[in-house]
Amino acid sequence: MMDDFSTLIGGIAGDGINEAGVTVARLFNRLGFRIFMYYDYPSLIRGGHNFSVVRASKQNVGACVDQIDVLIALNQDTVEMHKWRLGDGSFVIYDADRVKADGIKQRSCGIPVTQILKDEGALPVMKNTCILGGFCRVAGIEWSVLKDVLLKHIPKKVEQNLRVARRGYDSAVELCRVERSTPSQDQVALPVMTGNQAICLGLIKAGLGAYVAYPMTPSSSLLDFMARLAPDFGLKVVHPENEIAVILMAQGFAYAGIKAAVGTSGGGFCLMTEGVSLAGMAENPVVIVVSQRTGPSTGLPTYTAQGDLHFVLNAGQGEFPRFVVSPGDAADAYYWSGIAMNMAWKYQTPAFILSDKVTSESLYSLDAAGDVLEEEPSLWDGQGRYSRYSHTKTGVSALAFPPQKGQVIKADSYVHDEFGITTEDPKITKEMNDKRLKKGRSMAEDLDRYETVKVFGEETSKTALLCWGSNKGVCIEAARKFGLKAIQVLVLSPFPEAKLKHALEGVHRLIAVECNSTAQLARLVGLYGIKTHDWILKYDGRPFSLDDLQANLGRVLG
Amino acid sequence: MNPKDLATYAKNTWCPGCGNFSILNAMRAVLAELDGEGYPIENVVLVSGIGCHAKIVDYLNVNSFYSIHGRTLPVATAIKLANPDLKVICFSGDGDSLSEGLDHLVFAAKRNIDITLILHDNRVFGLTTGQYTPTSPKGFKGKSTPQGSDELPMNPPELMLACGATYIARGYTHGIDLLQRLFREAVLHKGFSFVDVLQVCVSYFNMYEAYNKRTYEVKGNDTGSFKEAQRIIRSWNYDGGETLIPLGKFYEIDAPRLDQAFLGARPKDLDRHSKVKMLLENFI
Repeated sequence: MMDDFSTLIGGIAGDGINEAGVTVARLFNRLGFRIFMYYDYPSLIRGGHNFSVVRASKQNVGACVDQIDVLIALNQDTVEMHKWRLGDGSFVIYDADRVKADGIKQRSCGIPVTQILKDEGALPVMKNTCILGGFCRVAGIEWSVLKDVLLKHIPKKVEQNLRVARRGYDSAVELCRVERSTPSQDQVALPVMTGNQAICLGLIKAGLGAYVAYPMTPSSSLLDFMARLAPDFGLKVVHPENEIAVILMAQGFAYAGIKAAVGTSGGGFCLMTEGVSLAGMAENPVVIVVSQRTGPSTGLPTYTAQGDLHFVLNAGQGEFPRFVVSPGDAADAYYWSGIAMNMAWKYQTPAFILSDKVTSESLYSLDAAGDVLEEEPSLWDGQGRYSRYSHTKTGVSALAFPPQKGQVIKADSYVHDEFGITTEDPKITKEMNDKRLKKGRSMAEDLDRYETVKVFGEETSKTALLCWGSNKGVCIEAARKFGLKAIQVLVLSPFPEAKLKHALEGVHRLIAVECNSTAQLARLVGLYGIKTHDWILKYDGRPFSLDDLQANLGRVLG
Repeated sequence: MNPKDLATYAKNTWCPGCGNFSILNAMRAVLAELDGEGYPIENVVLVSGIGCHAKIVDYLNVNSFYSIHGRTLPVATAIKLANPDLKVICFSGDGDSLSEGLDHLVFAAKRNIDITLILHDNRVFGLTTGQYTPTSPKGFKGKSTPQGSDELPMNPPELMLACGATYIARGYTHGIDLLQRLFREAVLHKGFSFVDVLQVCVSYFNMYEAYNKRTYEVKGNDTGSFKEAQRIIRSWNYDGGETLIPLGKFYEIDAPRLDQAFLGARPKDLDRHSKVKMLLENFI
């Protein structure tokens, strides 16, 4: 009985490696496993080397391990580049028409993929369906499971896909048997989705009415998914001329009463910053998804990083409150995206969802923490004369949207009075600044009801790992292995100082684990007098594997 | 409605003799007039950029979004897409829309979105005290070009014609009747309407004398003809010579608009909760 099973499928761009990985993930999901899939691809459209690593486990996972159980090779490169990952008990499945497995000492099984496709008159893209047929046989996954998955998820040429898959299945031999997860563990099959898909659904649930974006990896799939969902939810999805237009359009929607979100990555966010400051000053609610990739500048477009924390925390001239959350997996993304939308509208300020390539594009079992529903912002009661920026106890002024008979609604990027007329008066300048800061304090109080800092692993351990974003999964797992505590900081602004200090009670040694070269979260917590004793940093564009982190921890703790 | 009802308590800080007063008065009259003709004032949203032109929104007691430099059109576009019942009017300067925000101007025309842009074209940066803009004549001696600008000016109506704007006109701040007529037409036009207003900056580029001598109103032109519009527009290239400057409506056609394509409204009784739940099933 296997508790943890890793499959790597590799080929060239255009082979449908991502989709093949998704199919493998769905197979294991049907068997009751929890899924994490990391998809690695270079920035090109045809050729190169793409691979998906699907980890299936009895418990929630958010990271890969170095050793794989099955290597599925659609080309020779895949064998050569990944054979180091094979253990003694691993095996290789390959396209026998293209790949030579002579040098492999592990058990292997060649499928005549090219020949089968030719016989069936199938398109080259079906080679992954064919080899996955062989994979199921080799791994002892019943034909009916694969058939169900293909029937449900293959949109085109279903019959032909099934034939091709069956021929692949029939031409392989069983080398092991992946057992179903035991039902007693209450492992119902969960939705398997990417972080970006989860962000979309979380935002939609919380009332999203418009999505505006310019494509940029790794945020583009948000735009694609939103555009697909647009008819169902009546979403207004706009892809305008550039990111400057994006952030401004979102605020035009907000002014007219439509909840809008935007999505981008570092370079696109650079263009948005002036608009972010406008949202701060004019008090326009807007949700901004920033999915980080390796920088600076164009960097590595399709690889990950956590290099933009301080940029997002400080982007935009002047001082104004903002909400920043960094989800660590799809479940966090689904839950917290809804909260981000609610925070943006309740406090009329920018709210950021700070993701990265791993959280955005990896596949996770969606084990959602709960349901977030749309919360009503403060709306004008229709009494007296409307003033867009009237002073209140919380700093939050009631919203009204045009048209309002007999009323005037003025938004302003300059320092303005309560009505929204420009002023240079020193007293009003200070009062309005105080008003905006007051909203930040109100938001911080509101956030008290949420788990903005999460603790995992050995709660009594004197040593803790400190992480944010996509390092959540790998830190939780490493902490369990080493008997340590793992602390995930979800909300980064307003900074949950009290909750983090509470989580740190009894901790004598704090180890920051980050995918950047300067330990940005460690620097942030330092502002609150929290000392990190060690830093484990990775900044080669690739996420920590569990083995990477364990090796580093061994060194640090040894 | 009396146009005076549209005033605010904001203190007007334009220079005495500024061309912006004419634009303010003309627009105020047009909005008051339209209010009585089935275009209620509460349905109007004004959007401005940054510069002397932009102060106009502080002086009009009408819904407004005082945006940032160069960024009127994206805001206006989204407001229109959000609620097609609103009349959205942008005020922008030549530095604002032709320099900082040219990308948005090109795209607004390309999309033929049903909004209006009034270009306060004074051909100089006023609020930053006198630098050349994209419409300053070659040789313009501004603070950033003390030896005279080496660049040829841009012809904004020509640009708009090429980009797909469906209403193009030029006014002059010394002719309020024509200005009022053009504003009214532009606001009522269905599609992207562009009015280039030769707005005199008395402090940094006082062109009253030259414009009074050189401008004339085109009459009887075929405004549905691209070629004729192009010919009239090209007859003056914003140079500093003695060429005559045509004013009036150059072009107006009917064409498909972006806001029409977006009319597909939100499904009635949208139950987000159960719909998302159903969607999640597809991911198993």
